[in-house]
Amino acid sequence: MEVRIEPCYPEIDAHESRVIEDLKSSSTQPIAEPSGWLDEEINRNILVTTVDKLLNWGRKTSLWTETSFTACCTFEFISTSSSRFDIARFGMEVLRSSPRHSDLIVTAGTLTWKMAPQIKRVYDQMAEPKWVIAMGACGISGGIFADSYSVVPGYNRILPVDVYIPGCPPRPEALLAGIEKLRKKIEQSSISNKS
Amino acid sequence: MAHSTDSVFINLGPVHPSTHGVFRMRAHIDGEVITDIEPVFGYLHRGIEKLAEGKSYRQVIPLTDRLDYVASMNNNLAYCMAVEKLAGIEVPERAVYIRVIMAELQRIISHLLGIGSFFNDMGTFFTPFFYMFIQKEKITDLLEMVSGQRLLFNYMRFGGVSHDLPDPFLPALSQFLREMPAEIDKYERLLKENEIVLARSRNVGVLSREMAINSSISGPVLRASGVNWDIRKADPYSCYDRFDFDVPTGSNGDCYDRYRVRIEELRQSLRILEQAVSKLPKGKVINPVPLRFKPPVGEAYSHIEGNKGELGFYIVSDGSDKPYRMHVRAPSLLNLSALREMLIGWKLADAIIIFGSIDICLGEVDR
Amino acid sequence: MTIKLSREIINHSLHEHVSSTDYSFESEAVVTDSASLVKICEVLKSAPGIELDYLSSVTAVDYPDYFEVVYLFYSIKHNHSLTLKVRCPDKQQPDIPSITPLYNGANYQEREIYDLFGISFVSHPKLRRIFLWEGYPGHPLRKDYGIGS
Repeated sequence: MEVRIEPCYPEIDAHESRVIEDLKSSSTQPIAEPSGWLDEEINRNILVTTVDKLLNWGRKTSLWTETSFTACCTFEFISTSSSRFDIARFGMEVLRSSPRHSDLIVTAGTLTWKMAPQIKRVYDQMAEPKWVIAMGACGISGGIFADSYSVVPGYNRILPVDVYIPGCPPRPEALLAGIEKLRKKIEQSSISNKS
Repeated sequence: MAHSTDSVFINLGPVHPSTHGVFRMRAHIDGEVITDIEPVFGYLHRGIEKLAEGKSYRQVIPLTDRLDYVASMNNNLAYCMAVEKLAGIEVPERAVYIRVIMAELQRIISHLLGIGSFFNDMGTFFTPFFYMFIQKEKITDLLEMVSGQRLLFNYMRFGGVSHDLPDPFLPALSQFLREMPAEIDKYERLLKENEIVLARSRNVGVLSREMAINSSISGPVLRASGVNWDIRKADPYSCYDRFDFDVPTGSNGDCYDRYRVRIEELRQSLRILEQAVSKLPKGKVINPVPLRFKPPVGEAYSHIEGNKGELGFYIVSDGSDKPYRMHVRAPSLLNLSALREMLIGWKLADAIIIFGSIDICLGEVDR
Repeated sequence: MTIKLSREIINHSLHEHVSSTDYSFESEAVVTDSASLVKICEVLKSAPGIELDYLSSVTAVDYPDYFEVVYLFYSIKHNHSLTLKVRCPDKQQPDIPSITPLYNGANYQEREIYDLFGISFVSHPKLRRIFLWEGYPGHPLRKDYGIGS
């Protein structure tokens, strides 16, 4: 019998396992909603009004989405971005594969602990300001898979979530309503105080 | 002067636009040529087989929806068939035909997405994909009519289907069947003899007949390698033995053949749909089964020709109202068995195309 | 129709190579132990008229007294099938020879069983976890693992 040798990287595997375990043990509680992305110092000393409006208008009308989709909800996101539901109306048709180009993560799908470090890394690489939409039951709480041994019970263990959209999967209309909510939220934010 | 290049180790995925989900490959490349590759799975391992052991038989149906989420009707069908085999439940004639209609509509959706994303990987940035999405949305509307959902239908039940077809369904389906052949011709006209498509997919990623069989490949990928093996013909289930259709096969087993086989299967699915609609009998659509029913002790394996290959469910019952063990024979995982052989020796840019031509769904690979 | 191979045909092709005490029949399946698994697979893969060239699936079940690994074979040429079961009574350190050298399609499925059941496949080319990460405690599909995280 011929036995083929397959490539094997135990050191990489061991390192990645440590990363997963570290993240798992440090993420036992949900992260609160984000507020205030500028330092306290600046927060106290600067007051801006009209620049806010301009910035928020620019931000809310060109939300570029990171393509870090994991599971089923991806297809409803793609449906939403295709011609019928036409997400381009909101300046969102640009899907970016590089986190450095994108403003928004739409968490379309179940997150597993093995995937969690990758998603966190993508989020960390995104430039401020950045937003997170938890799309679907799995994104909110783990959904139907919440009891599973390998599933993260909600993205808010890993990332601060701005808008939650229920559904399994949410319909495109629901996704659009969620995006509308996020746009309202961005409208109200200020560079001195995001919330 | 002799040139020498060092072998470089690079990582593709799991967050990568062309891996169709959260798949990852660690590749060794020499210049641009792949010398070795190690696929890494498990980024969407949700433990469906374990969760099924804690739910009643009927509660498992929504879990199967989320395996191959592109074609959840097919998963429902295979699972319900396995439980029906285990418990000896009969399905009314009308429900059998409705199931075939749903399964073939799902096959069309899956192949449209498979072909669309294959061309996406080739660099036709989303143009063919959106053409195919127009038709995909029409089928989604049809399936929404019967089930109320757009993606994860949860429509089939043990002993039939949950509801009869609503009145507007059949006229809408006939309308779809009238316009779809011209649409397929349009896709063909756009892409079939495109020089770039030919140059990049002909004789690329060849999978030999022997390797395909030995690696348990199934579905369109197996047939593109010249093996005439379709469970609808080889081991007919539902009422496929009453329909007249062909099994398209390829000859080279390259990416182009896999694309051609999928296009031909679209046409065959339309043929099956036309016959199923014309023969659709009247009558009830379900032989009701108690909510928490207990099948006898035993085991059953039932398989269907899913959109991606042989989709099978192996269920062991201990006589209680929960499955003792449920195993999914996932075509997407097994179709990757020959990935190393298909990729080694090709350039990294070809690897994306070869991988795209296999058409996997990560929900089913990792389960 | 894919028909199940009959007992007579299996007995006929195995009797020269495998002692008849090494395997038995249970409804439609052949049951054997880990010592004669590879031999039986080799014979059934090449025996004329049988030629089980396609390994459809490999899976495992955790019964109270033993682990059972279930193989399902087809012959694409003759359109028949065979279910083969291997029982592994040692629940502490279960091991079974790998058939990946014979059937490449067994590769990932054996790794999956190793990952989720903890059954070792001897002479597998790369016996490492496939779905869960290295160092994950326990094997989830075992019955003593419990349900839930």
